[in-house]
Amino acid sequence: MTMLKEGRPTAPQAVTQEAGIAATATGNRALMLEEALIFEIGSPDTTGVDFAEAPKVESRLGNLARTDGIGLPGLSEQETVRHYTRLSRQNYAIDLGLFPLGSCTMKHNPRLNEKVARMPGFADLHPLAPQSTVQGVLAVIHELAEWLVKLTGMHSVAMSPKAGAHGELCGLLAIRAALEARGDARSVILVPESAHGTNPATAAFCGYKVEDIPATPDGRVDLQALKARLGPDVAAVMITNPNTCGLFERDMKTISDAVHAAGAFVYCDGANFNAIVGRVRPGDLGVDAMHINLHKTFSTPHGGGGPGSGPVVLSQALTPFAPLPFVERQGDSFVLVEEETADEHHASSFGRMVAFHGQMGMFTRALTYILSHGADGLRQVASDAVLNANYILRSLDDVLDAPFGHSGPCMHEALFSDKGLAEGFTTLDIAKGLIDEGFHPMTMYFPLVVHGAMLVEPTETESKAALDQFIMALRSLAERAKAGDEALKGAPYFAPRRRLDETLAARKPVLSWTDPALAQAAE
Amino acid sequence: MRYLPLTDSDRQDMLSVIGASSIDDLFIDVPAEARLSGKIPGLPDHASELSVERHMAALARKNLSAGEAPFFLGAGAYRHHVPASVDHLIQRGEFLTAYTPYQPEIAQGTLQVLFEFQTQVARLLGCDVANASMYDGSTACWEAIGMARRITKRGKAILSSGLHPHYVSVAKTMAKFTGDALVHEAPTLDAATDIDALIAGIDKDTSCVVVQYPDILGRIADLTPLADAAHEAGALLVAVVTEPVALGAIKAPGHMGADIVVGEGQSIGVGLQFGGPYLGLFACKQKYVRQMPGRLCGETVDAAGKRGFVLTLSTREQHIRREKATSNICTNSGLCALAFSIHMTLLGEKGLRELAMLNHGLAVQAAERLAQVPGVELLNGSFFNEFTLVLAKDARETVRNLADKGVLGGVSLGRLFPDAPGIGNGLVVAVTETVTAEDIEALARALEEELA
Repeated sequence: MTMLKEGRPTAPQAVTQEAGIAATATGNRALMLEEALIFEIGSPDTTGVDFAEAPKVESRLGNLARTDGIGLPGLSEQETVRHYTRLSRQNYAIDLGLFPLGSCTMKHNPRLNEKVARMPGFADLHPLAPQSTVQGVLAVIHELAEWLVKLTGMHSVAMSPKAGAHGELCGLLAIRAALEARGDARSVILVPESAHGTNPATAAFCGYKVEDIPATPDGRVDLQALKARLGPDVAAVMITNPNTCGLFERDMKTISDAVHAAGAFVYCDGANFNAIVGRVRPGDLGVDAMHINLHKTFSTPHGGGGPGSGPVVLSQALTPFAPLPFVERQGDSFVLVEEETADEHHASSFGRMVAFHGQMGMFTRALTYILSHGADGLRQVASDAVLNANYILRSLDDVLDAPFGHSGPCMHEALFSDKGLAEGFTTLDIAKGLIDEGFHPMTMYFPLVVHGAMLVEPTETESKAALDQFIMALRSLAERAKAGDEALKGAPYFAPRRRLDETLAARKPVLSWTDPALAQAAE
Repeated sequence: MRYLPLTDSDRQDMLSVIGASSIDDLFIDVPAEARLSGKIPGLPDHASELSVERHMAALARKNLSAGEAPFFLGAGAYRHHVPASVDHLIQRGEFLTAYTPYQPEIAQGTLQVLFEFQTQVARLLGCDVANASMYDGSTACWEAIGMARRITKRGKAILSSGLHPHYVSVAKTMAKFTGDALVHEAPTLDAATDIDALIAGIDKDTSCVVVQYPDILGRIADLTPLADAAHEAGALLVAVVTEPVALGAIKAPGHMGADIVVGEGQSIGVGLQFGGPYLGLFACKQKYVRQMPGRLCGETVDAAGKRGFVLTLSTREQHIRREKATSNICTNSGLCALAFSIHMTLLGEKGLRELAMLNHGLAVQAAERLAQVPGVELLNGSFFNEFTLVLAKDARETVRNLADKGVLGGVSLGRLFPDAPGIGNGLVVAVTETVTAEDIEALARALEEELA
């Protein structure tokens, strides 16, 4: 053994593998640190914050002072920083690698957006501040709104919806208001089988009956079936375009014309707008309302499940029914039109869908992103997003079944199925195998129209080198699943956790922490 | 185009793998008449990071930010000091750029945070369980009304006159389409809340009573008699908390019998942000958990027997249940929930109580000082960190004039309730730990000048 004279070895010694993988005393694995719950490590008497002493006053709390122990543990600042830093390292993220979740558009989140959103002139503004003091922020909303209107070729945009599903709600409420304004009660909304679950949920949420439209064998809306179903009871058709199979609805304009001829409206789910931004305007396809997920196409961060933002572009026919509030330009200044100022001019508005004015913090980020790309850059976004997806499709369609691969190019996402995997092997096995390979899995088992669906959306922000490595990994997993490699069924092996028992979680829900000592005493 | 890594030679190589001659070939399914042949006219081209930052900074400078002025606005959004470590931690890319935790093996960070968040929220609001967040307080409030309808199979909700008017507006918008009947009256300038009137209004058709605590005028009332009356009639009590810091000082609604407690969590960790993104809090009694909207995180074990967390009870949700879901919500306020949870962990119970008492102490001092101004009367008997002043003239105009003097003095009831008669002289004033003695003096002097 090579060794310094103090006895410090300077080269590794050979040891048996078993010794190397033995359990550690702490459960930690070097940089992979286990982290207990704040309720297990904190105490109600610990705090990481100092305050000035409260003035001594006579309480005005109406004899309702809280005297119980609230049960909120505190940590010192360093413990807090460590707790959340350790937890963060148990997450996969775009910042770590390719995140090909189909329909979710996990593109790079530029940090300039974060810097701008934190400027005190945006972040430290009260939503009810006098309008003379917030002209700059109203200008941001107005400038972003203009971009969204021009990019989509629509007439106007409602900015206040909080996320995509909230935008769907906005669109359907505008449609319902427009129908009621002409005294036309309709009760049915048609939704393709391949739609996001939010579409039928939203339709039901605002009181409509939902009916499915079947798909054709090439993965698109069945135009004939749709036309046959249209009638005086149909209020709207909700279509995702590009659709959730990653395909452009070639008949979109024909569909819109037929829907309009039947007196109904066209709602477009804009979740996949990234594929066509700068290359196709939904307004040219006859769309009446479409939400835009700023957290997809316009790069605002997903944040582990929000916040999102879902502005809704509207056709001329629906514009009078747009929700309050909205921003209007009046000469050199901007006016926030809300209840106080909505006169007869805006009398048809269906009302307010949210307190205050929408996701301002997302507007600043999205506008920053849009200005960075410009009209030329946004067109290139769609081009590269579609190029990357087709590259994945054609690099893997020899080992994975691509159910619609024969029908031509895909848009921004490549769809594969589990057809051809060995008996007993599933899409889940491939997804979990990807975790061990250092990737986030693709969207799995969606859309529902394809068995064992794997929906891969690389986005335009991935380099060719990153795509090639992902393709290599997915090819290897497909080959293992076809060859019946049993080890794959146990994946992931190298993640912070192995496969989790979701059945147990649902059967005996534990949704908050209980002190085990108290729980035991109760039994 | 700094966010696009492909080079032209990459693009050519990739096109040849695909077997296409140009990018345009990939858009062949778009009908020719809908295909744009070039850039959309009238929009600028790409710009450098420096020039975009310059443009946005110029717009930011056109606003008077809260930190630049004596600041007293509340009415559903409150300015609190957020410790520096909160914003640092939520900007870690592993949190910021993660997705909804659909793959739990590589999302334990987000999931454990949500489990801790749910527990913190449930305890703060005095409920058994809380969900992983909603968009904001107003949408959470509407979802609670819908949940009460599903539980009681009744369609009439009674909304307190002290409920935030935007929350009322959201509910009214939705009720037009769902057919729920809403009973609501505008507030009057009265020191007492409308609890007695609410109790009198409950009948056998009532699904729920919705009451804000503290209410829009800052008043605080014991909810116990209201809860008892609602339960007697088979209805639920929905309590709305727009200032959760208050619950470090006053009793939790869940402990006074509320069945569902919703709230706006913006006060803790999130910041003002001109109204969004904010954080909807949603908690209820254990027996109603399967009627809850939104995502829930639950504890389980992995294949090796280790504790772990997953999204659970998803058969309530739209991606499984589609049109039969309890809500259409998908994306919620994950990162805001993280910010709330970190801030709450830094505070702990000790810090929360200190923060609450500091807010209350300053608010009492401010109320006493402002009530000495000629032409100003304090409406409230009880309040936490927000109270209503009745001015000798219309408060809308006063607020605008104060702003011209560089004082952000409060929210006028005329702006909040443009259609309500007789309350136009009401000014809602919030006082948090960010307010100094000099700020209070500045507001008092500005009001003196304005009302002289």
